[in-house]
Amino acid sequence: MDAFTIRVDAAAFDAGQEIARLSADPGVGAVVSFVGVVRRHGDGDNVAALELEHYPGMTEKSLAAIVAEARARWPLSAALIHHRVGRLALGEPIVLVVTASAHRAAAFAACEFLMDFLKTQAPFWKKEIDADGHSRWVEAKSSDEGAAGRWQ
Amino acid sequence: MKLKLLYFARLKDAFGRDHETLESDAASVGALLAELRARGGAWADELAEGRVFRVALNQELATADAGLATGDEVAIFPPVTGG
Repeated sequence: MDAFTIRVDAAAFDAGQEIARLSADPGVGAVVSFVGVVRRHGDGDNVAALELEHYPGMTEKSLAAIVAEARARWPLSAALIHHRVGRLALGEPIVLVVTASAHRAAAFAACEFLMDFLKTQAPFWKKEIDADGHSRWVEAKSSDEGAAGRWQ
Repeated sequence: MKLKLLYFARLKDAFGRDHETLESDAASVGALLAELRARGGAWADELAEGRVFRVALNQELATADAGLATGDEVAIFPPVTGG
């Protein structure tokens, strides 16, 4: 499998298995991972599930561009972005980002960079579904724009 | 010329469709938006000046001055909220 992987999939991921895979390169000294999870308090206070929509084609291109930008900034040995789509229940994982490098500084920074840019650039949209069946599209947060802006 | 239009998330719901094929003479993204606004109703409301939305031309983010050609894919969507 390629050292730099992008997956957009309804299926869940096995974070432990992915971390092991990215750790296998003998040049790797640091692996950092991030998992985003469906939480109860979002725009609403009783979220039971999320519906994740995306723009097939543009999503993959956008994630590939974000990974390419991270590789231009840090000496990465490997990286993975696995973003789930479709209906995800409370507590289920949404996204996994893993970065691997010789040293931790690059792996930490690149992982945070990938998440910050994914949240503001990649064409995914979340709809919150409450326990009573009501639903609403999540509004974009200016704090996310701010988080991405600090890398410029 | 023929354009393929795509709508996502809140805009898909507001417009009651996720895609359409449009025969249009709009030379730019801005001209296309004006043509869609002229439909009135949700189109005029959601695409009004000052409303926040994004346009992608052939799967790359585009601005109002981007030129259009036949066969182009134009997507209109709210700011993204993944992750």
